[in-house]
Amino acid sequence: MITKRIIPCLDVKNGRVVKGVNFQGLADVSSPVALGKYYSDNGADELVFYDITASSDGRALFTDILREVASTIFIPLTVGGGINTLDDFDRVLKCGADKVSVNSGAIKNPSLIYEGAKRYGDQCVVLSVDVKRVDGEFRVFAKGGREDTGMNALEWIKRGVDNGAGEIVLNSIDTDGVKGGFDLAMLQAVCEIVSVPVIASGGAGCAEHFVELFKKLPKVDAGLAASIFHFGEVKINELKGLLKENGVNVRI
Amino acid sequence: MIVIVDYGVGNLFSLQSSFQAIGVKAVVSGEREIIERAEKIVLPGVGAFGDAAHKLFSSGLGEVVVRQAKKGVPVLGICLGMQLLFEKSYEYGEHNGLGLIKGEIRPISDVIPAGYKIPHIGWNGLNFGERKSDLFKYLAEGEHVYFVHSFYGANCEKSVIATAEYGAKLTAAVQEGNVYGCQFHPEKSGETGLKILRAFAERGEQV
Repeated sequence: MITKRIIPCLDVKNGRVVKGVNFQGLADVSSPVALGKYYSDNGADELVFYDITASSDGRALFTDILREVASTIFIPLTVGGGINTLDDFDRVLKCGADKVSVNSGAIKNPSLIYEGAKRYGDQCVVLSVDVKRVDGEFRVFAKGGREDTGMNALEWIKRGVDNGAGEIVLNSIDTDGVKGGFDLAMLQAVCEIVSVPVIASGGAGCAEHFVELFKKLPKVDAGLAASIFHFGEVKINELKGLLKENGVNVRI
Repeated sequence: MIVIVDYGVGNLFSLQSSFQAIGVKAVVSGEREIIERAEKIVLPGVGAFGDAAHKLFSSGLGEVVVRQAKKGVPVLGICLGMQLLFEKSYEYGEHNGLGLIKGEIRPISDVIPAGYKIPHIGWNGLNFGERKSDLFKYLAEGEHVYFVHSFYGANCEKSVIATAEYGAKLTAAVQEGNVYGCQFHPEKSGETGLKILRAFAERGEQV
């Protein structure tokens, strides 16, 4: 049986993990390599690295770090942030990324999904979508959730999958940061229209929220979170123990 | 020395790094002479079968791999590299493989029930069945490894050394003598994957 995946997300700026990290027993808490290794050793099924650097210097630093991560951590690595062209795919894949996450770059240029999938395979292209309810519909937001694109999220996701996106990361802006649980209604709507894996993001505040996610929506494949892992509020190995007790199949 | 065959398909960085992590020297090469001198050969691969098979044959490296395998050099095919060991594949047409493993590559949609997502992607447990290959000597039944695939090895019952449950028993690994193949990615399967690579690296040596 395939397991449900738990995925920590690390935002990296100028070579360091941002979003405030509070870890005991880890000497350099903002080193992407040290933190990635910690997660890998403690049960993470996959890691997502998000490059939030704007400068080209920072970008070069990011790929150096990615290379270092990929030479020490042997679980799947997804890389996102600033992916606008096939050259960007190439740049991160050469440094050891397994999957490339596209978001604003695909909104600006929707053929990026198709081109990426054609060259590197569907399994390589992750479509990450920031979604918020506007006037009773799910709307796609761009630029880190700041700009309403006016696009219907379900149509956008469907089109993305038709064009070759192999996985969907659905980030609900409505629940993100609230810590009241994942956006089950939004996730369900997406699960009903696509046949590729769906990764839930936004809203996890405690381990029980992951139990609720997988129990209520068995079609969801993975749960992604950042700060609750970084701050040690939820420990991945303990979370997996709890999931297992609740009958959710996980890799322990 | 282990040689990872570079025939222009996919990213070999993680694979090479994972051998490095277990203290085994592995070089990436697309040169015949170097592959001919390899003590062990790893055949990687991602992407589509037809394209990869074309590159492997047109570069002449496919022929080298077959010849060395027949001489007894241990060969490990990974993911698409495993599929290339088979006689043929039905991924977008019909393509010949290296023919080192009897059987063919078919879409998993042929065997898995409706409602299962394709590709089969994520961590799944390995079931060894009756015989446990030396490739898995460090593994316990049920250990998880990372899969990403939409096609699988069919009609190869005699060579199957591990399966994964995904609505059907999918071929997870095969062996025919000194020729091994893993459908999953050992280089992306954490400690479990490294144990498999270590076992392969140790093959033929006194342990």
